[in-house]
Amino acid sequence: MPKVLLSGNEAVARGAYEAGVRVACAYPGTPSTEILETIAKEYPDIYCEWSVNEKVALEVAMGASFGGVRALSAMKHVGLNVAADPFFSLAYIGAATGGIVVVSADDPSMHSSQNEQDNRHYGRHAKVPVLEPADSQEAKDFTVWAIKLSEQFDTPVLLRLTTRISHSKSVVELSEPTPPKTPTYEKNITRRMILPAFARKLHIKVEERLKKLAKWGEDCPVNVVEMRDKKIGIITCGVTYQHVREVAPEVSVLKLGMVYPIPPQLVKKFADSVKELHVVEELDPFIEMELNRLGIFPRKGKDVVPILYELNPERVESALKGQPDPAEPPTPADIPTRPAVLCPGCPHTGVFYNLHKMKATVTGDIGCYTLGALPPLSAMDTCVCMGASVGNALGLEKAMGNEFNKNLFAVIGESTFIHSGITGLINSIYNLGHTNLVILDNRTTAMTGHQPNPATGRTIRGEPTHQLDLEALARVCGAKYVAVVDPYNLDATRKALEKAQATDGVAVVISRRPCVLLVRQEWKPALSVDVDTCNGCRLCLQVGCPAISMQDKKAVIDRVLCTGCGVCAQVCPEEAILEKAVV
Amino acid sequence: MKRADVLIAGVGGQGIILASEIMALAAMKEGLDVKKAEVHGMSQRGGSVVSTLRYAEKIHSPLIKSGTADILLGFEKLEAYRMAPAVRPDGVIIVNDQEIYPITVASGKAKYPEDLYEKLSATGRKIIKIDAYKIAQELGELRAVNVVILGALASQLDLAKESWIEAIKERVPAKAMEVNLQAFERGWQVGKSGVQKK
Repeated sequence: MPKVLLSGNEAVARGAYEAGVRVACAYPGTPSTEILETIAKEYPDIYCEWSVNEKVALEVAMGASFGGVRALSAMKHVGLNVAADPFFSLAYIGAATGGIVVVSADDPSMHSSQNEQDNRHYGRHAKVPVLEPADSQEAKDFTVWAIKLSEQFDTPVLLRLTTRISHSKSVVELSEPTPPKTPTYEKNITRRMILPAFARKLHIKVEERLKKLAKWGEDCPVNVVEMRDKKIGIITCGVTYQHVREVAPEVSVLKLGMVYPIPPQLVKKFADSVKELHVVEELDPFIEMELNRLGIFPRKGKDVVPILYELNPERVESALKGQPDPAEPPTPADIPTRPAVLCPGCPHTGVFYNLHKMKATVTGDIGCYTLGALPPLSAMDTCVCMGASVGNALGLEKAMGNEFNKNLFAVIGESTFIHSGITGLINSIYNLGHTNLVILDNRTTAMTGHQPNPATGRTIRGEPTHQLDLEALARVCGAKYVAVVDPYNLDATRKALEKAQATDGVAVVISRRPCVLLVRQEWKPALSVDVDTCNGCRLCLQVGCPAISMQDKKAVIDRVLCTGCGVCAQVCPEEAILEKAVV
Repeated sequence: MKRADVLIAGVGGQGIILASEIMALAAMKEGLDVKKAEVHGMSQRGGSVVSTLRYAEKIHSPLIKSGTADILLGFEKLEAYRMAPAVRPDGVIIVNDQEIYPITVASGKAKYPEDLYEKLSATGRKIIKIDAYKIAQELGELRAVNVVILGALASQLDLAKESWIEAIKERVPAKAMEVNLQAFERGWQVGKSGVQKK
């Protein structure tokens, strides 16, 4: 079969195809997004969807398994927190009728996340096996293994990836796909109704299953012993295996492809066959604690291997040599940093510019717009988790009172609102709140690379579908004031925000304009500054547009970056920013 | 044995991923093992981005030990300098002569360093300067900027020129092929001679 270069995410998609998966569901989240994007693009035989959130995604996958079909559900690490409820129930119900692989893409170093939780713990917590690949080839192969184990042991299987697996590309040899299962449905309430009486019996099965899985792990293709020099033996997993091979090519290695449950005999035998045992793993001492439980105490573990941030070859090398941790690679100190920014012409800018001017307190949420927290806009106070802005605002109102609430806004993107902000809105209204909610509706899920969502009226494969009417939804939930504004119009946006403040009850302002990156054909010619009129007051810099800078005490607009949105021109008191090029 | 550890640095949105994609394909055409790593998500919104590409008979880690990269391809001057310490002391830094102001500079909080070429030379690495935008402009196809830069990189690596050309042919639309092959050749010439004709 041909060899191709695939990212870990693309390889998981291929693995799902080869394993005969026929239903795949996810909510976009870095670093997991490309799994579903690849399935949508490359494998038309697989039904796939952007679910509204990870909980629903996993529930849809479970439904497919009830119908005898193999399924995949993919999410970023924090997405599994959202899906934890069905995940724990699924652990009892099992998946013998149709294998289920749950993919968790963790983000050590928090390249694009709010925390670096180690989702291997979910395996132990839910009593579910965890597979962790070390490159793209394994990402594909382990997806196939996950489906096999899922059906053989009647369990969901957690496939844990990390950013450096998901977003690294390496060579993969493809295999022929196995045929999918024939859909069948048989009612079976003792399995699928986890009422207390049934669940008590299912728990017995879960404990037995773990023992059987550990036994399978003793001699299986995914746990690999590589005996070299017997002075040092290292137990490791995932991409960390690659770093170990890079910096310590001479040592013996036990690579655990199944990191939970850990096969006791295999690790004991390996520990006994080397003079000194080390455990090198990223983030938490997961394997190490499992070894401790078995009475194995490695010579080196988390006492030398850093617990924070992702590992890399130099960090692993320093840890093994007992040298100080080079947490950050050296960079020159004498140069400016380059933080991420809202793009030139970003529609969110108009809202944040106003909130900044109003000196508002802003509970924020997860998306591109979280960048509104950075100077000069500095218009966001909190960012907790998907959908939290709405509940946070109500709690703050209840704590601080009505007067404070007048200048308190919750800001959330439309995709995040649909994911888990709607329940917060209903909660505010039900509990007599006065939340001022701003929905930043840019007609896409932008941060993860522009996926469609229910407000766009398109499915993952671009089929037309019902377009969710956000303003009607806000009204039917009971919002007392609902307005739709164009954030490029600063005055109109300001007026709507002020009306929200004056509303006795919950108010919803929908700031609607497509993400500027999606409508390049609508970009207007770059604006320019009339240097004779510009008095160098720097007010235009407060817009925070990367296209504007100061040169020789006058504002300058970068002709390549500017999208002609005109927001800066509305800010200039001298009317020095012009729509036409100054000749 | 053919091998290289290459770093690509730039600003989110500059298209550095396509460049490493073509390089990976070229190495695969010679039967080599290839790994590349990149980061998606938030940093792509105008932040500093770094991508790694490694090829050899066998590659383990997708990441390159700091201070050991053979070549750094800087799509932007400041980002090239930021990553310079990651290159081995006798390594090569190819710098595209482009300045993109970070928001810290645009807002007046920091200054864009004026003496970046002096600073880069002072690191002791071999510096190859290329104005890819100018070359692309001369060729009448601004979208070929990345392929010009790629040409300069290719001139410093041990892969056959034919492998690069085949890889470009796989990744570039047919109607833009001729100009992209010219762009690659122009970049290659600058890399080989070390100077760009005025």
